[in-house]
Parts: sequence; structure tokens; C-alpha cells
Amino acid sequence: MEDMNLIVAPSPHLRDSDTTEKIMFSVLISLLPVIGASFYFFGWDAVRLILLSSATAIITEYAFQYIRKIPIQIGDGSALLTGVLLALCVPPSLPSWMVIIGSAFAIGIGKQVFGGLGHNPFNPALVGRAFLTASFAAAMTTWTAPFDAVTTATPLVLGAARSSLPDLFFGSVAGSLGETSALAILIGGIYLFYKGVLDHRITVGVLGTVVIMALLTGQDPIFHLLAGSVLFGAVFMATDMVTSPITKGGRWIFGMGIGLIIMLIRIWGSYPDGVTFAILLMNAVTPLLNRWTRPRIYGQGVKVSE
Amino acid sequence: MRRVKSSFGGFFPNDAKKRTAQTPIEILKAPETLVVSLSQHAGKQAKPVVAKGDEVLKGQLIAEADGAISAPIHSPVSGTIKAIEPRIHPSGDSIPAIVIENDGEEKWIELEQHLEPVQLDASTIREKIRDAGVVGMGGGGFPTALKLEPPEGITIDFLIINGCECEPYLTADDRIMIEYAKEIILGARLMAKASGARQIVFAIEDNKPEAINAIKAEAGALDVVVLPSKYPMGGERQLIQAITGREVPSGGLPYDAGVIVNNVGTAYAVAKAVRDGQPFISRVITVSGDPLVESKNFFAPIGTPFQYLIESAGGFKETPGKIVAGGPMMGSAQFDLDSSMGKTCTGLLALAKGESATPNVLPCIKCARCVDVCPANLLPLKLEAFGMNEMWNEAYDYGALDCIECGSCNYVCPSKRPLLQYIRFAKREIIAEQAKSS
Repeated sequence: MEDMNLIVAPSPHLRDSDTTEKIMFSVLISLLPVIGASFYFFGWDAVRLILLSSATAIITEYAFQYIRKIPIQIGDGSALLTGVLLALCVPPSLPSWMVIIGSAFAIGIGKQVFGGLGHNPFNPALVGRAFLTASFAAAMTTWTAPFDAVTTATPLVLGAARSSLPDLFFGSVAGSLGETSALAILIGGIYLFYKGVLDHRITVGVLGTVVIMALLTGQDPIFHLLAGSVLFGAVFMATDMVTSPITKGGRWIFGMGIGLIIMLIRIWGSYPDGVTFAILLMNAVTPLLNRWTRPRIYGQGVKVSE
Repeated sequence: MRRVKSSFGGFFPNDAKKRTAQTPIEILKAPETLVVSLSQHAGKQAKPVVAKGDEVLKGQLIAEADGAISAPIHSPVSGTIKAIEPRIHPSGDSIPAIVIENDGEEKWIELEQHLEPVQLDASTIREKIRDAGVVGMGGGGFPTALKLEPPEGITIDFLIINGCECEPYLTADDRIMIEYAKEIILGARLMAKASGARQIVFAIEDNKPEAINAIKAEAGALDVVVLPSKYPMGGERQLIQAITGREVPSGGLPYDAGVIVNNVGTAYAVAKAVRDGQPFISRVITVSGDPLVESKNFFAPIGTPFQYLIESAGGFKETPGKIVAGGPMMGSAQFDLDSSMGKTCTGLLALAKGESATPNVLPCIKCARCVDVCPANLLPLKLEAFGMNEMWNEAYDYGALDCIECGSCNYVCPSKRPLLQYIRFAKREIIAEQAKSS
């Protein structure tokens, strides 16, 4: 028999077919309904912001990897995902140069300075959003109505009494590009759950706590779920694997913490929404949650018979 | 019969068993030359009692147990001792082996049979099992007679006969249950008598309906438990937890939970040893994989060269990428086909080139799938990081020594990280450190 050139490697010799690239692209696919809705409601502004933000994210990722002389991994889809997510959570009227700065900041400062994929403590897209909110407060809070681009107030500012629930559900309200249509977000969320990428503990933790807090404070829970960034945050932002806990118990606490902070900010804080800061704050607590919620190891704490 | 669930994560491997699950066991004609390793069991190598040029009979003792944890070895054929020299062991090490030239005459030693073996007393049964060189056939290779003699003061509540065979590809246990259920039941009864176990439980995964029926038909009033076909269901500790609700204490043995676990193949070997007086000289092995012309289950003599097993399966129809001795999750990759099968060799697999390629490793994205599957409830991604950074105290604190090395974490990792390799590294360093300080 001719030389077989066998590969010798330690066990196991089988690997699941799922890959990190596939996970990133399945999140991108799950965002398609949201992207579609943003185009339907806000037209070419959606295309402009999503393209600019994605391209900037990929170029920034490439530049950092090039400068650091590490393998170029822009093909893994993670930078593209950050770019798309950032675009979907800014106002439709945001000037182009601002989204470019925000996206570069998200990848550069939010991700690459920590070592790139997997090493960032904070959700990069939200780092970008927080940076834009702090730097360009006016532009980041100028909202336009769907279809006709007239400046208007968001439902959170208008309040529950002056908002229509069907409009909130389908997305025909003022708000960030991808955050207005609850329906589109839910479709994406169900797809992600089905693909095993979305951990229900986080999403349910966030939404459940928002509902409970609303009921406790005598507010409309459905309104709080549908208005602002709650649903988008609970489905696409809080569930970011890199920045959420690795234990099941930790994920429940993480989700509930986000829900709690959102409602504290909404009811008593000076921001109308608060989802960005709620998630970023809980991102900071993630390592601690991992430590607190370590599962009991098999056989530990079990008595050895004499 | 009852069904139980299991609490650990685990995963459901795609069914590579289909290749051989319906293939009856074929009795393999012994090759012309056999290479019988002196290390086929846990513990010390056996000591040869024959010399080059000696004539031996089939079943004759050729190496004796050396010390308390060791096992004797018998000639699988009649013939001539050609050499006693180092040979490549399936583990990759070079270990002395007895090379026997088969005379093809199948001349047996005189066998002492017992028509009523269950009437024998416990210590006689254990003695016969020990003298026959029976060791755990599931992979560990612990001498069976020793396992059946629990330390003073320990009561064995359950003797679990492990027919889970959770490794993908392997069907050796499945087929032996279907075709030799009677012997397995007898072996189980003998082991229960030898160990004083109060209850026998047969544990079989639900992807083996034929085996479940075969065992049930012979088991009478004995307990047959059906478990989910989930990897690593056949892991001793996971099985004990699923069936009894007990856990083996960290650092302890199944005894400490009042349980003994033995493989179905071992039960068969015990029956042959005690009833028929036959030493352990052959076993069922699954030879399988896409590059092979045929995938088969063989009853093959111990010491059969891998090359011969492959040829008996029709040889290769395409060049394989990897050859694995054992299962695909815990078996060892081979450099070539020069090694030969031992008592613990459950399978010989040929993996296609595509399956064997080393994957591109990406950074950990903390998806925690490894956490979800880990049957020991560890945080494999943390242990990997500790191993990589040589943080042994942290690795110890996070339970590195409780890892059963099942490889589930590596299997599910979407970034294809070598988690288990770093956990093994940490384990080895921690154990070395402990040995130094004690």
C-alpha cells in the first residue's frame, strides 16, 4: 500500500458541523426582516446607514488586524454584524459622517483594543451607540416619522396614552432604524432561537422583568415592551454571546438586571429609553456573574462512604 | 423495563452506527502472525512466562499478572513464539509484545467447564475471572476480578451492566447483546454473586431496540433500563447518576456510591471464563468507516494486526485521512497499521480525508456550548484558558481533575478550539505537582 500520510491528532476525532462563522451569519440572516422593515419605513436612509456602517466596520477591523500583524479574519462575519447592528439602532436622519465615526469607534475601541473577537467586555455596537449618544446628543435624539421624514417625537416621549399599539407592533412609529417594528424583531428572534443561537434565559429575563416592573409601577407593560429599544435589545443586543454570561443561572440574572435597569432609567432617569446603558452596565457585571453562578461540579460536595 | 432520563448536557451524535448496526458478528479467521501486547489492561504490564521458540496451545498462559493491578494474558492461537520484543501499541508507545506464529491447528488447552456456574462461591468465581485475564472491555481495561472485590465494609447496591455504547460508529456491544444475550445474562449473574451486589441493572440506549429486546427476552426478572442515546451516556459516572440518582464523589470510585459498572462484553467474557473455562483471547471489534470497502463487526483474536483487520474488511476504496483505534470520541489516532488489537480495543475506524482535516481555530466567542454539554458540569472554556496560561491553581479550583475527557466540549465548539487538550495538560501538571508535594 502506498504511503497513506495519516493525520495523527488527539481525540476527539469528530467535530460538529456548526462554526462561529455560521453563527455570525445566522444572526445576520435573522436581521433581514428588521432590515426590510427599516427600508419600508425609512427608505433610502436605511440603505445609506447600513451600508456605511457595515463597510466602516469591516475596514476598521481589517486595519486593526493589519497593523497588529495578526491573521485577517474579516470573513468571520463578526465585524459586519457589529456594523449592521449599530446602523439599526441609530436615528434614520443621522448624518453619514457620524455613523462612520460611530462604527469605527465600535470596532476600534469597542472590540479591537481588547484583542478582537471574543475578548471585548462590552457589546461593540452598543459601545458605538453610547459614544454617538454622548458625542452628538442632538442628532442622536432627532427622530423622524416613518414614510415622510418629518421630525417628530418617539412613543417613549409621547407616552402610552398617545401611542397606538398596532403601530408600535408593526413599526409605523418614529424611532431608531431597526427598532420600531416589533413584528420584524420577533420573526428574527424566533429564527435565532430555532437555530440555537439565542438563549431564551436572557431574552425572557429582560422582557419578563420589564413587564413586572411596569405592573408594579402602574404602567402599561405592553407599551413598555413595544416602545423604544427593549425588544431589539433583548433579542439582538443582550444575547451577544461574547458579552453575556456563560452559565445558565448567570444568564437569568443578567437578563433580569437589564430589565430592571431599563425600567429604573425609564421611570426615574433622565433618558427616555435606557436600554443601551442597561445592557452595557450588565456587560460589566458579566465576569462577576460567571463567578457567582458556577454550577456544582459532578461529584463535588458528595460524601465518600467510609 | 423502565426508561430514565439523564440530567447532564451531552449531545446527540449523528448516527454513524448505521454502517454496522445490522451486520452480524463475523468470526474472524486468525491471521498467520499475532502480536500480543503485554499491556492490555490498567496497571502493570504482564510478565512473559514463555520464551522465543516455545510451542504454545490456544488458551495457554503466556504472561502472568505482575502485582495486584495487572492481568494474565493467554495465547489466542496454537503455534510458536517467534519473538518477545517492543512493538507499537495502539496508544502510540513502544511496548513489549509476544509475537506468535499461528500453526492454524486451533489446538486448545484442556478446559475446565462448569455446567452450573452460578453454584460456585464468590471467591471461586473471582479466581476464575482473574485467571482468565478478564479486564474491562469498555475501554478502561481495569482487571474485572479486582472490581468485583469491593473493599471491606462497602455494600454494592447495584451492578450496572453497561450496554450504552454511546461512541459514534461502534456497534460491538450492540451486536454482542443481540447475538449472545444468554451469556451476558449469565455473566451478569456471576458478577453479582462474585461482588455481593444486591441488584443487577442492564443499561441500554434507546437507539438499540433489537439489543433491548434480546436482553429483555433473557433477563427474566432483572431490571432493564432504557436511556436516551446521548453522548457520553455510557460514561460510568453519568450512567450511575442516571440510574441511581447517586453521584460518584469527586476523586472517588463507583464503590463509593455503592455501584459497580461493567461492560456487556466483559459480562460475556466472564460467562465464557467461568462456565466454559475459556480465557479471554478474543473480542468483538467494529471495523468501520467510509474509506473501507465494507464495514464489519468481527469476533477477532486478541493480537490481530490492524493491517489484517482492514484487509478482512475488504481494504480501502479510498485513502483514509485518519485511522483510529477505539471510538471516534476517545480513541487514539494511529501513525500506520502496524499496531494490533488488545483487550480494550472496541473499534478500528477509518475516517475520510475530509473528516480528518485539522479545522481552522477561531477565538472563543463564549457561546458556552461546551458548558451546556459538559457531563461533569465544568466550565471547559475557563479550564482551557487556565491551561493555556498555565494557571494550575485556578484550573484545580475549577475542577480540572473532575474532567472525564469525553471530548464533548471539543465536539460542539463552533470555534473548533482544542479545549480538551488544554484540560488534559492542566490535569497532568496538577497531578505532577501533587505527586511532588506529597
